[in-house]
Amino acid sequence: MARRSKAALETATAVTPELEQGATRAESRRGFLLALPGYAYLVIFFAVPMLIIFVYSFGTRSATGKTILGDWNLESYRRLFDDFVLGVMWRSLWLALATTVICLAISYPFAYYIATRGPRLRGLLMVLVMIPFWTNFLVRTYAWRLILGRNGPLAAVLSFVGVDQPRLLFTNTAILIGLVYGHLPFMVLPLYASIERLDWSLVEAARDLYANGWKAFRKVTLPLSMPGVVGGTILTFIPSFGAYIEPELLGGAQTMMLGSFIENQYYAVSDWPFGSALSFVIMALMLAGTILYFRRGGRTV
Amino acid sequence: MTVQSAIRRRGPLERTLAAHSWLVYLFFYAPIIVLVVFSFNEGRQVSIWQGTSLRWYRQMLEDTALLTALRNSLIVAVASTLVATALGTATALAMERFRFRGQRVYDGLLYLPIIVPEVTLAAMMLVFFIQAFDYIGRITGSVPNLSLTTIILSHICFNISFVTVVVRARLAGLDPGLEEAAADLYASRWKAFRRVTLPLILPGVVGGALLAFTMSLDDVVTTSFVSGPGSTTLPVYVFGMVKKGVTPVINAVSALMLLASMTLVFSSLLVQRGGSARARKRKKERKA
Repeated sequence: MARRSKAALETATAVTPELEQGATRAESRRGFLLALPGYAYLVIFFAVPMLIIFVYSFGTRSATGKTILGDWNLESYRRLFDDFVLGVMWRSLWLALATTVICLAISYPFAYYIATRGPRLRGLLMVLVMIPFWTNFLVRTYAWRLILGRNGPLAAVLSFVGVDQPRLLFTNTAILIGLVYGHLPFMVLPLYASIERLDWSLVEAARDLYANGWKAFRKVTLPLSMPGVVGGTILTFIPSFGAYIEPELLGGAQTMMLGSFIENQYYAVSDWPFGSALSFVIMALMLAGTILYFRRGGRTV
Repeated sequence: MTVQSAIRRRGPLERTLAAHSWLVYLFFYAPIIVLVVFSFNEGRQVSIWQGTSLRWYRQMLEDTALLTALRNSLIVAVASTLVATALGTATALAMERFRFRGQRVYDGLLYLPIIVPEVTLAAMMLVFFIQAFDYIGRITGSVPNLSLTTIILSHICFNISFVTVVVRARLAGLDPGLEEAAADLYASRWKAFRRVTLPLILPGVVGGALLAFTMSLDDVVTTSFVSGPGSTTLPVYVFGMVKKGVTPVINAVSALMLLASMTLVFSSLLVQRGGSARARKRKKERKA
C-alpha cells in the first residue's frame, strides 16, 4: 500500500517533497498505530518482566526465602560456577546436543524421502507428521513412561525376543528418548521445507557431469538444504536445553536438567535472585548463540 | 515435476529410505497407540494388560477437581486465543504492509517469547506478577492473587508471537497488487481490508488461532508458575497426578486429551485445505 500511494504521488502533477514526506509520515503513523496494541502488550508483559528478573538477579535471599531488593551484589552470578550448577548445565548441554544430533540423523533421510515423493503423497505424509506434533505434549511424554516402565510393552517385546530390558525409566537414556521424540517434528519441518524447495535440475546436472550419487548429494543437495539444517538445529536445541517436562517425567533424582533446577529455585528453595540470574544468563546465551548461528549458517530459513 | 529421475533409479537406497521412514512413523505413533489401548485396561497396574473396561473413564467423570480444571483450561484457551489473534493479526499486517519507526526492535521482540526457554518465560511472569501485585497492594491496600487472569495474560504473551508468525507467512505469500487494485477502484482502506485482504488471509488467521488455542491447552510450565489456588488447568492437574503416582485414570484423561487435540488438528487442516482449494479454483477460473 505504501508503494501504491507513492506511485500515485509520482503520477500527480505538482508533487512537492513536503507533500510526499507528509504522506510517508502519515503512512508510517498508520503502521505504528496498527502495531501498537501488540507492541505495547509485549513491552509490558515481556520486556518489563525481563528487566525485572535482571534486577532481581542482583538482589539477596533473606533467611526466610524472601528476596531483599537493595544491597545489590553479584553473589548469584558467582554461584553459577559452583560445581553442582556446572554439573547440571553440562548435563543439559550434552543431552540437548545429543538430542539435536540424533534428531538430525533421523530426520534428514526421513524428510528427504517425503520431499521426493509425488505431490499428493507428500502432502499426506506431512499431515501424518503434523498430527503427533499438534497433539498434547505432556500426554505424549507421559506415554513413554508407560512404554519404558519395568513391566511395560517394550519389556514384553524384548522378553519375547529373549532379551532382558535394562532399567530405562528415570535414566539419562529415558530423558534422551523423550527429548528426541518431542523435538523430532521441529527438525523434520524445516528440513522438509528446504529439501522440497530444492532445484532438482542442479542435482541432475551434477549427475550428468559424472558425479556419483554421494558426491552429488554432498556437493549439491546438502549445501542447498543447509537453511533447513540450521533452522531445525535451532528449533531442536533451544527447547531441549531448557526442557522441563521430559526430565521431570522420565528422569530421576540423579538426572536433573536446567529446567527443573530453575524451577526449584522458585519453589523448593525459593531463592529468586539465583533463579533469576540463571534464567537471565541462559536467555542471553541462547539469544547470542541463535544470532551467531544464523549469521554463520545462512540467511534464509 | 521432472524431479526424481536422478534419485528414483537407485533401488536399494530407495528401499532403505522407505524402511527408515516407516520406522520413524512407528516411533511417532507408538506412544499414542499404547496410551489409547491402555486407557481401556481393566487392571490397576498401568502398564500390564488385564482385560477391557471403561472403568477409568467412569472414574474420571466422577473427579470434580478434574472437571473444574478442564473448565479452567477452556476459559484460558478461549480468552487468550481471542485476544492474541486480534493483536497478532494487526501486528502481522503492520509488519508486512507498513514501514514505521521502531519496527526492527518490535520484530526482534516478537520472536523472543518463542525462542526463550519456557521455564525462563514462566519465571519472568511469576516475578513480574508478584512485583506488580506488591505495588498494587501498596497503592490500593489489597494484594491480588495469582488466578486465571494471570494465566490468561501470560498465555496471550506467547500466543501473540505464534499468531503473528502464521499470519505473516500467509501475508508474505499474497500479491499486494490485489489490495492496490482495490484501492485504485476507490475502495476505502477499511473496505479494501474487509473485502480483499481479510478473506485472503483468513485461513492464516484461523490457522494461527488454532495454533494459539492448542499451545494454550498444552501449556504446563508457564501455567503452573502463574496459577493460584483454585485456578489449576487440565495439563497442570494431570502433571501433578503423574508426579504424585501413576493411576490408570491418567490414561483415560490422556486418551481424551489426545482425541481433543486430534480434532483440532483435523479442523485446522480442513480450514487450510479449504483455503487452498478455493485459491486453486480461482486460479483455474482465471486461466479459463
